[in-house]
Amino acid sequence: MSESVAELNPNGAATQPLGAYSRPKGGGGWRDWVTTVDHKKIGILYGATALFFFVVGGFEALLIRLQLATPNGTVVGADLYNQIYTMHGITMVFMVIMPLAAAFANYLLPLQIGARDVAFPRFNALSFWIFLAGGLFLNFSWLVGDAPDGGWFAYSPNTGVTFSPGHGMDFYAIGLQIVGIASLISAMNLIITVLNMRAPGMTLFKMPVFTWMILVVQFLLLFAVPVITVALFLLVFDRNFGSHFFNPEMGADPLLWQHLFWIFGHPEVYILILPSFGIVSEVIPTFSRKPIFGYEFMVFSGIAIGFMGWGVWAHHMFVSGIGPISVGAFTLSTMFIAVPTGVKILNWMATMWGGKLRFNSAMLFATGVVSMFTVGGLSGVTHALSPVDTQQTDTYYIVAHFHYVIFGGALLGFFAGFYFWWPKVFGHKLGETLGKWNFWTMLVGFNLAFGPMHILGLNGMSRRIDTYSPGFGFDFWNLFATIGVFVVTLGVMFFVINVILSARRARGLPPEPPDPWDARSLEWFSPNPTPVHNFDEVIEVSSLDEFWHRKWTTDEDGRVVRKATAAEVCQAGDAEGVHLPSPSYWPVVLAAGLPLIGLGLLYNLWICVPGTLLVLVSTYAWVFEPPDDPDGPFGHGHDEGDDGSHDEDVPGDGSPAGQEAGSVE
Amino acid sequence: MSSEAHAVHDTTTGISNNKLLMWAFLGSECLLFGGLISAYLVNRSRFHTGPAPGDIFDIPFTSVSSFVLLMSSLTMVLALSAIQRGDVRNNRIWLLATALLGSLFIGGQVYEFTTFLREGLGYTTSPFSSAFFTLTGFHGVHVSVGIVMLMSLVISSYRGTLTKKNSETVEIVGLYWHFVDVVWIFIFTVIYLVPSPTS
Repeated sequence: MSESVAELNPNGAATQPLGAYSRPKGGGGWRDWVTTVDHKKIGILYGATALFFFVVGGFEALLIRLQLATPNGTVVGADLYNQIYTMHGITMVFMVIMPLAAAFANYLLPLQIGARDVAFPRFNALSFWIFLAGGLFLNFSWLVGDAPDGGWFAYSPNTGVTFSPGHGMDFYAIGLQIVGIASLISAMNLIITVLNMRAPGMTLFKMPVFTWMILVVQFLLLFAVPVITVALFLLVFDRNFGSHFFNPEMGADPLLWQHLFWIFGHPEVYILILPSFGIVSEVIPTFSRKPIFGYEFMVFSGIAIGFMGWGVWAHHMFVSGIGPISVGAFTLSTMFIAVPTGVKILNWMATMWGGKLRFNSAMLFATGVVSMFTVGGLSGVTHALSPVDTQQTDTYYIVAHFHYVIFGGALLGFFAGFYFWWPKVFGHKLGETLGKWNFWTMLVGFNLAFGPMHILGLNGMSRRIDTYSPGFGFDFWNLFATIGVFVVTLGVMFFVINVILSARRARGLPPEPPDPWDARSLEWFSPNPTPVHNFDEVIEVSSLDEFWHRKWTTDEDGRVVRKATAAEVCQAGDAEGVHLPSPSYWPVVLAAGLPLIGLGLLYNLWICVPGTLLVLVSTYAWVFEPPDDPDGPFGHGHDEGDDGSHDEDVPGDGSPAGQEAGSVE
Repeated sequence: MSSEAHAVHDTTTGISNNKLLMWAFLGSECLLFGGLISAYLVNRSRFHTGPAPGDIFDIPFTSVSSFVLLMSSLTMVLALSAIQRGDVRNNRIWLLATALLGSLFIGGQVYEFTTFLREGLGYTTSPFSSAFFTLTGFHGVHVSVGIVMLMSLVISSYRGTLTKKNSETVEIVGLYWHFVDVVWIFIFTVIYLVPSPTS
């Protein structure tokens, strides 16, 4: 990375409002990362943590497939198997896909709207550390040998104390609660960043599709997280304080859990997929050398998915006895929601149609999303039909479906994003040869693993069973799927090797020159890797794909001709003395308190005391800590919430408009 | 120097980040209370062998405490109006009055809970009782957090740091306070005013 905040603020010892500690100065090394409030570093932290959990969840997947490779598998016992598939689901959903989206959103969203940072930089750090605390808390359950075992959607009454007497489901409920707090904080932060901190001239409909999709996702999180918060609270109260929300013996209806969970859970599905849709909508136009086809349709279909995602939750509950009218209504609404998704697929294909296609790794992964998500989407439409769904519920057909949309849709999209934005983040490209190996092994392995599950499911193999007897016709395809998962593992290893080799190759070389892909959006105005202050001066936006239009124009014959080189358009990234928010200890300290409170609820309430103290002290210290170090030479001691402000008498004249980007002193 | 130097309309929307943050948070809170109210509604007639809601509610008492809470919204408005005029003293008085009315409401809730407990409606008595105490308890916690925020404002007012320039802080706390009041109107209607099942 380039200069840190500390190098811009070399002022040494400063007394702080509380007197008892001195404010972090950045400095470099691990302390810089722990106290950072820079959205780019937080994005990298999110990405690295998500990839770590990806390895954990992938290891769990390998164990699942090893167990199921042959009939009467004995790799793990039934009890351990329950814990492994539950943790596999929770890890992949909440600790891989969601934080990967957060990684891309954190890094790119301020850049794409031409902002200095997010609206609340310390909140941003807080949401990362709380996410990490929640993830570690959940996985701590492995160490005490009591991991959650009720499936990722944890249907009651199976999760009550009667049927789950251990601490597993407590880890589930409290761990997800902690992770949910992180999502909520991050959602509010990013919403306000998009609404309030856009560069001058950037109206909502000049924002890149990625920014739009992230905005939709943050609204979904804002409204979906509190619903699962309620559900998890009720579960914790049932298990620990003896309430009766899900206790049928007392006349309660366990279906309440299913409703609450899926009112969260279905928007959650779109929370998982829309960021990937956004990435694909950036990658495909760039490598087709065409603007996105039907930009407004792309945006509005994303918004439509966001709204309609709230009206389809009961299609997860067709066989739970919700009655024919509900089933009919949710069948209809579920089929309708395929329409905006289909709009997106067709628009991507129309973008590529007649384009000057460059099939490098990023583009391959993006087209992989378009094709694989279509398969997953079509199988999704089959179980929108409730009579068919009655056959498919709780079979491997469902497992096949959601892996096609989450692996084939979301995860491949993030890999497209890795290859596309790697030079932006780290200053060098990832290798193309290994990148193509990475893509083809993952794509082939993925289809080998999950394609046969459609057949297994239709033949009647239940999901979540820990083993099966020979003679049901399951043997061949299960072995097949297991081989497929090992091919996927090979693909992931290609990626890891690619990351290491590319970094080694780039060592000592100058960073990638600006605009390696002939790209279109604002983040490419800054040099690679992005300097700590993002932009030297504020960008005046006059059109969608602003960066592209500064480089290219059309002549009188309508041909596209270059009017400026990327080097002329890009900023040098050498502005000095730029006003930046100062690092802080308190986000990480506050986050450390939460898992202690969780452990206290499980084992001994006294453990809650240090946890609560950490939260209270750091909250208090946070409030009295100015967002910018008043003793730093460039800090103006302004309010965190006013990061997006500028002097009112200079609207859009290139001086500190928008985010005080470019307030070069 | 600090936030005062930056005018509110510097952001893209013209609304300050802090105020927008509170609006976003309150939007999220709507779904939190929506979930809790749903959990109450599906369980209101499931009183098992315990007291039924229709037998135990003291509607006149709760109406009075609801009135107290609603009046606190009026004092909150007066507090904001005072600080916007630069009247620090009246601002402090009305903030204190708001906190006091809020505390009265919480006192009423504590009294109600203990009365119910004495009459045999504990947290673990029935799905109805669990849902009732959870919903009203969550609201009570929200009111209490609001009181802490109000008292923080009062303290900073005594320290001289709450002036006309940062009247927006009072406005944001006010948004939260009014929201908690509005939610209570819903909860009061759903729990007490809609005819409850009796045993």
